[in-house]
Amino acid sequence: MEDTETMFDTEGVTKNFMFLNRKAPYGTIYAQEVLELVLISAAFEQNAAIVFMDDGVYQIVKGHDPSVSGMKNFSPTYKVVEMEKEDAEEDEDIDMVWKIIVEKESMEARGLSTDDFIINVEVLGSQELSALMAEQDVVFGG
Amino acid sequence: MKLGIMVNEGPFTHQASDTAYQFAKAAIEKGHQVMRVFFYYDGVNNANKLSEPQSDDRNLVKLWGELAKEHGVDLVVCVAASLRRGIKDDILADGFRISGLGQLIEVGLAADRTITFGD
Repeated sequence: MEDTETMFDTEGVTKNFMFLNRKAPYGTIYAQEVLELVLISAAFEQNAAIVFMDDGVYQIVKGHDPSVSGMKNFSPTYKVVEMEKEDAEEDEDIDMVWKIIVEKESMEARGLSTDDFIINVEVLGSQELSALMAEQDVVFGG
Repeated sequence: MKLGIMVNEGPFTHQASDTAYQFAKAAIEKGHQVMRVFFYYDGVNNANKLSEPQSDDRNLVKLWGELAKEHGVDLVVCVAASLRRGIKDDILADGFRISGLGQLIEVGLAADRTITFGD
């Protein structure tokens, strides 16, 4: 491993980050590793929109039990994301704004409502979501 | 323009790493700066020096390493994703370094554009 760490000067820079969750919670690792990225990003105190769309809406559905398939149930960790969002809202010293968003069409196509989710979400239609997407500086998907 | 690149898939199964490499090379030839390439998900497999494709095929691990050497591109593989997949210092190819996810957020902040390749 090379010991030369490249560092960039990002002091005072604030950007809008979107984390796009499009895949089912199990079957591929994307959901779990996007979640890890979201949590790390909190340390940078940036604005973040955490979006669940397509099969990604299943990531936050209540009552996951993947034990029969030998997978780890990481869904309780979404509560930590919600906590980060609430902390940012309550703490005047934290400037970042976090949004947790579910795309309406994806939710309805799967017969789900906001009552089915383990965290509180904002529901946006695809047109509103695409407008929000256009406002982002950086979009990370999985 | 200052660019950040994220590679989300390993070599060969997906074309994402090839496309990212071609993009990075073309961008540099056009005079843009590639500040960092961050490898995440199965993308960390691009840093496995044990990769040995057939001799008449491209060797992405080497190509990335050469790009780093020639143009000073910072190639970073995510430590958490790497440990899961057995990518450790002793099999890390030349030109790559292992570091945290914060490096991805950092390049997102520093670069004018951050481009993702992969699913």
